[in-house]
Amino acid sequence: MNMTLSQQDGATVVTLAGEVDLSHSPTLRKALMELMFEKKPVVVVDLSAVEYIDSSGVAGLVEAYQSARKNATRFVLAAVSDPVRRVLQLARLDKVFAMADTVESALKG
Amino acid sequence: MAPSPSDDTSIEVIGLNTHYGERQILHDVNLEVRRGEIMVIMGGSGSGKTTLLNHLLGLLSPSSGTVRVLGQDLAALSPMERQQLRTRTGVAFQSGALFSSMTIGDNISLPLREHTDLDETTIGIMTRLKLEVVSLAGFEDLKPAELSGGMIKRAALARAIVMDPDLLFCDEPSAGLDPVVASSIDDLILRLRDAMGMSIVVVTHDLDSTFKIADRICVLDRGKVLALDTVEAIRASSDQRIQNLLNRRTEEAALDPDAYLRRLLGDKANQPNGTIRP
Repeated sequence: MNMTLSQQDGATVVTLAGEVDLSHSPTLRKALMELMFEKKPVVVVDLSAVEYIDSSGVAGLVEAYQSARKNATRFVLAAVSDPVRRVLQLARLDKVFAMADTVESALKG
Repeated sequence: MAPSPSDDTSIEVIGLNTHYGERQILHDVNLEVRRGEIMVIMGGSGSGKTTLLNHLLGLLSPSSGTVRVLGQDLAALSPMERQQLRTRTGVAFQSGALFSSMTIGDNISLPLREHTDLDETTIGIMTRLKLEVVSLAGFEDLKPAELSGGMIKRAALARAIVMDPDLLFCDEPSAGLDPVVASSIDDLILRLRDAMGMSIVVVTHDLDSTFKIADRICVLDRGKVLALDTVEAIRASSDQRIQNLLNRRTEEAALDPDAYLRRLLGDKANQPNGTIRP
């Protein structure tokens, strides 16, 4: 898994690439929960280049999303790749997360 | 550790023979399960399908032949390698095999606690995610004795997939369930293949289930692979034994008078005496 954080239009964009599995999901969780602790106003997770995500990676997104709701942080999954979308749909989380087709549309809100 | 001949192969069985005492149970079984496919091992009672499953799980040692799972020769694995391989496979046993003293949630999260260092919050979310996937949301605090047969099967499936395995084994997943519940389990198996790309081996004698979920079918009869092909090819097969199986026609076994007499006289050579791995 490769993860980069950047600032765009006042939002924090977390860009993930590769495979988010058991060996990488703790890193993702830590990074996301730090952003929640800092009470960032907008966090966009760019999932366009994620080839695989397992349940532990999804759990990290769920925990961060729940914290974001408490903090009134806008937390959006953007450009969700097909492999990630299929996993989210399996647990019906596609109906839970805020999702946007592109990072740009996520930033616009 | 022998490498797999191809990344597209999840299981490779070559020339597998096995005996219980002097009785040969499997005869030169050859089988390949491709990555991402649902392979149904089908056969009547006594056909050898459960014995074959036990070999794929590494629970039995073959008399001869090779079983490779996820590229690794089971006979050549150290205990540590065997343990690592088990983290990449999931098994939903016919009876559920849940711990009766533990809640459903604790049963499902057990592999995560045993094999990972994930924090409790993540383990809790993963466990509840799997309960959602198998339509058992809200049942995590119940004990197995408080669930119906279909719910226990689903809980066993949730535990089998909690580590997101590359390879899933299901032993008679719909046996004893009413048709609607059985069909929902079939749907779940199909969704797991499509969403997670799992390779799935299902052992069953349920024809409806087989035809619904199988990418390919391995028909076992008296310990031999009678056919290994697509659903369409199996349906269209002109082999009389396959047609008997598909049409639920009984077939009287040939009688060996000498063997029959030995059985009646309690000849121990005919008693099961397989080699069981610890």
